[in-house]
Amino acid sequence: MTKHIGDVILDLQNISLRFGGVKALTDISFDVREHEIRAIIGPNGAGKSSMLNVINGVYHPQQGRILWRGAERRKMEPHMAARQSIARTFQNIALFKGMSVLDNIMTGRITKMKSTFLEHALWFGRARREELEHRRKVEEVIDFLEIQHIRKTPVGRLPYGLQKRVELGRALAAEPAMLLLDEPMAGMNVEEKQDMCRFILDVNDQFGTTIVLIEHDMGVVMDISDRVVVLDYGRKIGDGLPDEVKNNEEVIRAYLGAGH
Amino acid sequence: MLYREAGQFKTSYAADQQLFPIRQDRIGVLLLLAVAFVGVPLLASEYWFSAILIPFLIFALAALGLNILTGYAGQLSLGSAAFMAVGAYAAYNFQLRVEGIPVLLSFACAGLTAAGVGVLFGLPSLRIKGFYLAVATLAAQFFIVWCLTKFPWLSNNSSSGVISTQPIEILGLAVDTPREKYLLVLAVVALLALAAKNLVRSSTGRAWMAVRDMDVAASVIGIRLMPTKLLAFAVSSFYCGVAGALYAFCYLGSVEPDGFSLDMSFKILFMIIIGGVGSILGSFLGAAFILLLPIFLDVALPAAAGLFGLPFSSATVSHIQILVFGALIMFFLIVEPHGLARLWQIAKEKLRLWPFPH
Repeated sequence: MTKHIGDVILDLQNISLRFGGVKALTDISFDVREHEIRAIIGPNGAGKSSMLNVINGVYHPQQGRILWRGAERRKMEPHMAARQSIARTFQNIALFKGMSVLDNIMTGRITKMKSTFLEHALWFGRARREELEHRRKVEEVIDFLEIQHIRKTPVGRLPYGLQKRVELGRALAAEPAMLLLDEPMAGMNVEEKQDMCRFILDVNDQFGTTIVLIEHDMGVVMDISDRVVVLDYGRKIGDGLPDEVKNNEEVIRAYLGAGH
Repeated sequence: MLYREAGQFKTSYAADQQLFPIRQDRIGVLLLLAVAFVGVPLLASEYWFSAILIPFLIFALAALGLNILTGYAGQLSLGSAAFMAVGAYAAYNFQLRVEGIPVLLSFACAGLTAAGVGVLFGLPSLRIKGFYLAVATLAAQFFIVWCLTKFPWLSNNSSSGVISTQPIEILGLAVDTPREKYLLVLAVVALLALAAKNLVRSSTGRAWMAVRDMDVAASVIGIRLMPTKLLAFAVSSFYCGVAGALYAFCYLGSVEPDGFSLDMSFKILFMIIIGGVGSILGSFLGAAFILLLPIFLDVALPAAAGLFGLPFSSATVSHIQILVFGALIMFFLIVEPHGLARLWQIAKEKLRLWPFPH
């Protein structure tokens, strides 16, 4: 299977992020190409989640440049990243607990809705039409993730693995160009991991979505990612194809250990 | 047997997304509306209208407003009564100062005025959350009541800020009997409740709930927190403002700033806690519980005392009434912290299976 990997879509140059005296990220540069699956690995506290938070605007690095589709990005708020077609899931599930699966995924399409609250109050014309159009899209996501049977269930009642899947659904509903996945397989059993891998590969394959992935399961990372970045104590210690990274001395010492 | 959706298949998303997807619910709501609009006006006495039904509807509307803010958007507020006061005084002033303004338009303008004030006092919500925000809205409560007493212009220079509302006339018809006022209040409340239901099932409502449940995730999927929170404050205060205007014009006829006290704000907050936080129906159930239970106890306690031959003075009765009331609130919160609306939902789920629960 040959996959078409495009140009650089996201370019991070010399990113440094500090919280007071704590250096979370130090002078990190890497790029992400269109349609690829890019993994970020590293021990706990290496700055992986901070890196994702920088990409979608939750944290603002003190130094460095971020180029999105070739244009330099100014300081931005998270909702602006969403409007630039960057979606994400969280390490600790961040679903809207009080809402049903359907509503959670519908929320993912909020940037695409144009009707105003007055139209919503009257439930007339564009508001009603939009609800139906977006419902159709959302149902496609629900079909894709095979969660039809739970669409009306409040997410708080679902088991962990399904919640992770719903969260992926909410991110997918936005039809993002880039999807940031923060440990999508943490705490899953082998079967659930396989399902999740399949979904990630299918998303990448069918929709051409660029994926940036944080994951601790090295088997998964080496299998599905196109390129891997390795962080340790906020520094980049490795970058390249999975095989190159696997044999990198420093990466083995810092993270992988012997036996991989 | 009676409440079962078996055989009701949805073949389009439109059918699945309608207001009441289950046929029995649709029939039930239509029946309820028919009773409220036709049955009650024919049967109820003046006492029922002016002492029970009108205040119930008005407080249900205020509770609905608070529920939009607290229950759906997750912003705790203790200023509901103050926003009602803004509505009452604004409606009075629009009637007074704008020549020939229709009453309903002045109610709407009163709601908009309250919405504006609500947005102003909602600004702290961009920085602070939870209990701290509640304290910030407490400022609204005291500041607005102070303003209405302090500036005589607002009450047309009447002593201590008391206003007597103008007579209501709609399309040349005078609305002055309790029955007519009841119908006016009912119509306004029904329309606004429908609008609220539509709001909370649309993307506006989903944005509110997303902000309530997890604001970081909400902003990451593209919800702008500031406009979403402020819209909740605006809509909520609009509802409270209209409720305040109705309170002055259709219920009391004459109000003073101190009437819109912190006690009243708490009462509205208790209504949504008892009725169900984040539920339209809960606002109505909570208002009914908080307003009707004291009346019921008033009647029932002396009767019960008489039954057992106990000598109860009226003072004892009112003390016991407070005791029983408090105990019942605690009982409900322990048994069902999600309120009466959740009890109703559980009852419906049980009914779906009854009488064959397996």
